[in-house]
Amino acid sequence: MARNSVITKSFARTVMLASLVMMALPALSGGDDSDAPQSSATNSQSVNEEAILNGGYVRNLSEFGLFADLTALEPANNVHPYALNAALFSDYAQKKRLIYVPAGSDVGVDDINAVVQLPVGSVLVKTFGYPDAEGVYKPVETRLLLHRAEGWVALPYIWNEDRSDAKLALGGRRMMVDATLPDGSRQQISYAVPNKNQCKGCHSLDNIVTPIGPKLRNLNNGDGSGQIARLQKAGVLPDILPDHPVMPAIDAQAPLADRARAYLDINCSHCHNRKGPASNSGLFLTYQEDNAVALGIGKRPVAAGRGSGGRDFAIAPGHADQSIMLYRMGSIEPGIAMPELGRNVNDEAGLALIGAWIDAMDSSAKPE
Amino acid sequence: MVKFSFVPSFGTVFAVALAAPIMASPAMAKTINVAAEDGAQERLQEALILAETGDEIILGKGTFVLSDGLSLDVDGVTVRGAGPDATVLDFTGQQGSGEGLLVTSDNVMLRDFALINTKGDGIKSKGADNIVYYNLRVEWTGGPKTSNGAYGIYPVESENVLVDKAVVIGASDAGIYVGQSRNIIVRNSTASYNVAGIEIENSFDADVHSNIAMHNTGGILVFDLPNLPQQGGHNVRVFSNRVTDNDTPNFAPAGNIVASVPMGSGVMVIANRDVEIFGNVFDNNSSANVIVVGYQQKFDDPNYQPVARNVRVDQNKHGKAGYAPAFPGGAQLAAALGGAVPPIIWDGVEGEAANVNSSDPVPFLSLGLTTSSQPVSEAQPFMVAASKVTLNLPAITMPEAMEAKIR
Repeated sequence: MARNSVITKSFARTVMLASLVMMALPALSGGDDSDAPQSSATNSQSVNEEAILNGGYVRNLSEFGLFADLTALEPANNVHPYALNAALFSDYAQKKRLIYVPAGSDVGVDDINAVVQLPVGSVLVKTFGYPDAEGVYKPVETRLLLHRAEGWVALPYIWNEDRSDAKLALGGRRMMVDATLPDGSRQQISYAVPNKNQCKGCHSLDNIVTPIGPKLRNLNNGDGSGQIARLQKAGVLPDILPDHPVMPAIDAQAPLADRARAYLDINCSHCHNRKGPASNSGLFLTYQEDNAVALGIGKRPVAAGRGSGGRDFAIAPGHADQSIMLYRMGSIEPGIAMPELGRNVNDEAGLALIGAWIDAMDSSAKPE
Repeated sequence: MVKFSFVPSFGTVFAVALAAPIMASPAMAKTINVAAEDGAQERLQEALILAETGDEIILGKGTFVLSDGLSLDVDGVTVRGAGPDATVLDFTGQQGSGEGLLVTSDNVMLRDFALINTKGDGIKSKGADNIVYYNLRVEWTGGPKTSNGAYGIYPVESENVLVDKAVVIGASDAGIYVGQSRNIIVRNSTASYNVAGIEIENSFDADVHSNIAMHNTGGILVFDLPNLPQQGGHNVRVFSNRVTDNDTPNFAPAGNIVASVPMGSGVMVIANRDVEIFGNVFDNNSSANVIVVGYQQKFDDPNYQPVARNVRVDQNKHGKAGYAPAFPGGAQLAAALGGAVPPIIWDGVEGEAANVNSSDPVPFLSLGLTTSSQPVSEAQPFMVAASKVTLNLPAITMPEAMEAKIR
């Protein structure tokens, strides 16, 4: 029962209520612990499952034991690096992703357009940082998605100056950060670490916290480096997978429309889908969306306000410069900028890609 | 939209009896005070995160200087200030987020404070059922500007929305905007110097009453738009409002539907059915006091119904109106009608079958159009005789617990 009697602050009342009801009705309370999941501590080495499952608001990143060497960002045993083909733009931050899945658990992969179904006890770790003037990677923040019994919990951690550890920052923080741009130049940007709610602002389906990135086809890099096979060997992904064609990277050798749709999927569709935080917009940008208007083609704005930029349609086919999508991607002004969170500079490569895609449409374009 | 509910499958009377006093126990609720001092952003946001159901977050007097949007995602929390002039959340320096305050949890009450100069919307609540907005002010202090945020108070995709005693000034779209929601009351509120004062859009079952809508471009709008998850807006009552002097030139950013609202519109209905407009006071609305039309733009949505139907206009007081109609073709229409247009105008689509009727003793003009997308220049206008109108929409009521929070 250990995993099923988790008491965190926010759930205290519900759990207390549940316990009282169970005390009142002992015959229905589920019996003993004999069928509880066995601890997989022997397989997880230093990973602290108790902190992952029951730790509440754990104050320091180190307490999870996800890293063998924190300062070097070297993962613990059974914590595996992974990369996405199409990745969310985050102010040119370089992101290092790790995944931990408790040994012996099943990962669900039935829907290739959905995120893989990770079992309770899993953790997704994403560290954001920039190379410093000497080219040494310097982490700014690490965001955790912990799969607890009550659901996914998102927690942001900000690194100490000496990189010895990172501290929980529930309320987020805005701070000046030295960013390194793709051309190697350095620029100070006003970097926003999201607060716990803002994590959910993106990581939300039907108002329930959920991962975004690890979709099977976005993990399938298709370049022969074998990420899927490596994750299978590590026991993260099951041996047998459904057919999962590659979702291409922004600079991959792939059709323009596929790259543009992959970009929109990972940068926009976490809100812009029928169950997401932007469900009310009617603009739906998942990789598999097949309704032209929902994709923005000839779609008028609903609640864009000054985000319309005086333009009539989310996508005016053949005319990127008349499309609201490009206007909002090309602004960093709150109230105009899209995405609303996590971006304080423009993604020039993304703008070029989406601009080229829209310009290539003819006026009767339909999505592919 | 309710995030979770604890309904034991073995929900016996015994269990419920045990549970009830615990749910209601005030001993568990606590008060969290947040002062308007340095570091307000992180302190207030942490308070909003750490609050638990039943808690009340008390905002101190003074100005909270904020750099980013705030958000609340805990059910059953009250956020209370010292009054809409005494407690001010100042977003003039906002650097991120699409709104000042975002609420995504149920049973929340927001009361007695102000937000000013948010970069995007003021307060947005999405999928937040049973929400109460009470005695709030949302204002863009530089007056009407295209660069102001879109909506002041912005509940969307929610059930049971109560807005009471709110003041919204300067929104570049709608001051109080309720979208894609169900069971709504907007009352005792004042909207001025917005493009739209109050707007009910793609929503079902709304009462908009006892409000003041003055000096907007359009006073009160009841709209339905295509290509949205919830559409087919219906059952909206607009009554006992003061809708006068809506004389602010339209400053909405182009592309938005409200950019097409003519200056000087009192109540405007687009493509809704079963709308009752009664007992309002209209005056000095230069386009018209009541405008009832279909959706005029092209659309690609087989599920969308663009025609206004079953609109009943009754017992309103009509002052001066129609003396400078700002809609396309309005000037020519006024010239043809002797210099002004009537205070009540309908596009006439579907004729008598549309059941658009008025009992008010003022001229009521049909444009005699056959489709909603026809321009006014193709109108074949004629006066519609006043007829007896029977109001039959039921009053909207909120769950008693919501009203009790205000009392």
